[in-house]
Amino acid sequence: MPRTQIEPQFIVEHLSILDSDGNLDSALEPPIAPDELKRLHRAMLLGRRFDERMLRLQRQGRIGTFAPIKGQEAAQIGSVAALRRTDWMVPSFRETASMLWRGWTMEKLLLFFAGYLEGGQPAPEQRDLPICIPVATQLPHAVGLAYAAQYRGDDAVVMAYCGDGATSEGDFHEAMNFAGVWHVPMVFLIQNNQWAISIPFKKQTHSRTIAQKALAYGFPALQVDGNDLLAVYAATREAVERARRGEGPTLIECVTYRLGVHTTSDDPTKYRSTEEVQAWERKDPLTRFGAYLQKRNLLAAGLEEEVDAEIARAVAAFEAIGPPDPLAMFDHAYAKRTAPLEGQRAEMQARLARAPDAAPGPVAPAPPAAGAEGAAGTAPSEGQSPPMRGQRRPWRS
Amino acid sequence: MAKLNMVKALNLALLQEMERDPDVLVIGEDVGVDGGVFRVTEDLHRKFGGTRVVDSPLAEAGIIGASVGMALYGLKPVCEIQFSGFAFQCFHQIENHVARYRMRSQGRFGCQMVVRMPYGGGVRALEHHSESEEQFYAHVPGLKMVIPSGPRNARALLAAAIRDPDPVIFFEAKALYHAAKEDVPDEIETMEIGRARVDRPGADLTLIAYGAMVRVAREAAEQLHAESGAEVEIVDLLTISPLDRETVAASVRKTGRAVVVHEAPRSFGPGAEIAASIMESAFLSLEAPVRRVTANDLPFVGFARERANVPDVPRVLAACRETLAF
Repeated sequence: MPRTQIEPQFIVEHLSILDSDGNLDSALEPPIAPDELKRLHRAMLLGRRFDERMLRLQRQGRIGTFAPIKGQEAAQIGSVAALRRTDWMVPSFRETASMLWRGWTMEKLLLFFAGYLEGGQPAPEQRDLPICIPVATQLPHAVGLAYAAQYRGDDAVVMAYCGDGATSEGDFHEAMNFAGVWHVPMVFLIQNNQWAISIPFKKQTHSRTIAQKALAYGFPALQVDGNDLLAVYAATREAVERARRGEGPTLIECVTYRLGVHTTSDDPTKYRSTEEVQAWERKDPLTRFGAYLQKRNLLAAGLEEEVDAEIARAVAAFEAIGPPDPLAMFDHAYAKRTAPLEGQRAEMQARLARAPDAAPGPVAPAPPAAGAEGAAGTAPSEGQSPPMRGQRRPWRS
Repeated sequence: MAKLNMVKALNLALLQEMERDPDVLVIGEDVGVDGGVFRVTEDLHRKFGGTRVVDSPLAEAGIIGASVGMALYGLKPVCEIQFSGFAFQCFHQIENHVARYRMRSQGRFGCQMVVRMPYGGGVRALEHHSESEEQFYAHVPGLKMVIPSGPRNARALLAAAIRDPDPVIFFEAKALYHAAKEDVPDEIETMEIGRARVDRPGADLTLIAYGAMVRVAREAAEQLHAESGAEVEIVDLLTISPLDRETVAASVRKTGRAVVVHEAPRSFGPGAEIAASIMESAFLSLEAPVRRVTANDLPFVGFARERANVPDVPRVLAACRETLAF
């Protein structure tokens, strides 16, 4: 029997519209109204400035660890802008700019990173999932949302974010497979920022692109210059429209770069060179899009000051929030508190009533000195006979 | 009223809940055309079609993860994991997401879903097809863990689980699927999740069991009564978590003696939590230490040796005799 070819040769396309030198392929330039261009630019700038502000707040101990987005603003805003309010957005944990665009307030995000679960609560009508920390595990949820939308006859599209590292996880592949088989209205938006903490893209996969992985699951993909807002926007729009027409999922790989740290606990100088970072700084998505707007005379004066003032108001509002009520921790584990939880809540309530000052604030109190607890449990002195059955030994003899 | 075995009783619950509520879906491996490897979903595909009775690709994390998304949207998926031994391939989805979405979103989203899994031994099956893993789920805050002991309560509890706004892990003892038939009412019946049931009243010793072990407990209680006249009270937990501490405590306050039986390995198993709960609630009533009759702390031992490992009537009897004589 002969060997025959059973699959066509796949082609992976790469899309770039505005390069880092400001050259524009005007044939590919997406039709975006000037006001919308200004709005996109402002959103990218807000993402960048808020990120920088959060980094300082973290360094000052006013919020906890978070994952900065610097360098990925075009990948996030270019993609999220293609969604309608009634579509669903499924983030991972590095989508601050996308989340702000979708209506998450800065106060809420600050609360979240200050350790308050209240910061992870989407508004009642908001079709966004909260931040998801275990890598790639949010992707099957997006498939389920898209299935449910289709089931209910709702024309919503679901966009799920993940990074290059996530493409090694089983959940990525299971989600891709389910999405393909079920033909759901979904966009996988991969921000390939080249580094999963210290692991470079080349060590993450032997595939030349992430885009090609979708082809194995039977749906199309496109690789785009992720620092080119116009390219990301054009590609995502196409994918969202396809999904809405009932033509199934698409994967978009945004080739971008994490200019900053993985999280605020990371030191990237250990694993990558300054030259590499500098090379990518020259491809900064904000500079590039700013120059494009400048040429089109759309750059508003005083925008940075305006954005900074908005951030300052949000930080002030966040810092005005009082200490957390410890008892509220029992409110949302179940729809209705279970009997064991009622008991544990009552225990805490009684403890707080006895010593209201013992209620832990947002910052953990210093641990008690060694030996402060457990000292009461003294062993019985030698020579004492063990108690007979039914005879209770007093605590102090 | 019809005499049904547990498979048919569970099937009836699914059928009636699906008829009642168009948001209820069934999803899993081979649950559609094939009707499930144990036939629990038989005929549902024919009645409701492939978009409501979903034959999924073979991937447990995908099944649970996609069901999470469906539940967040507002559907009520009932997932089937073919054997509880395979659920570790979706345990991360259950622990990280199913259990936590309500808390993480501070009530904005809930995960109203049921994860059905056949569990337990006694069916001469290979590794991963015979184990009891309820302790993993009972330990996870945000989940409810239910294990019925017979056709009628299986049907009523499954209907209640489907309606529960919180996620329920629903274990079905394979050994009970075809073990007995019971009268099951035709009209819809539910039972409250979180409530144990006194299966047999008695004054001398409390025997706490659930799932397939309730049968073993009943037989031991009969034999003990025949040989010594001792009256054993059996508490059938039905819900492992949240544990019905009140029913257990009330029984032990009356009898003063307690033996816990489960198929799961002993250390850190449900028996430990039940014993601790008795210490907290009925310490002064105890006439003897709480005993546990369980499997040993071993990985799967092979079904040729399974009967020596999983609790049986003689072991339960011996533990009861020693507790009475203490």
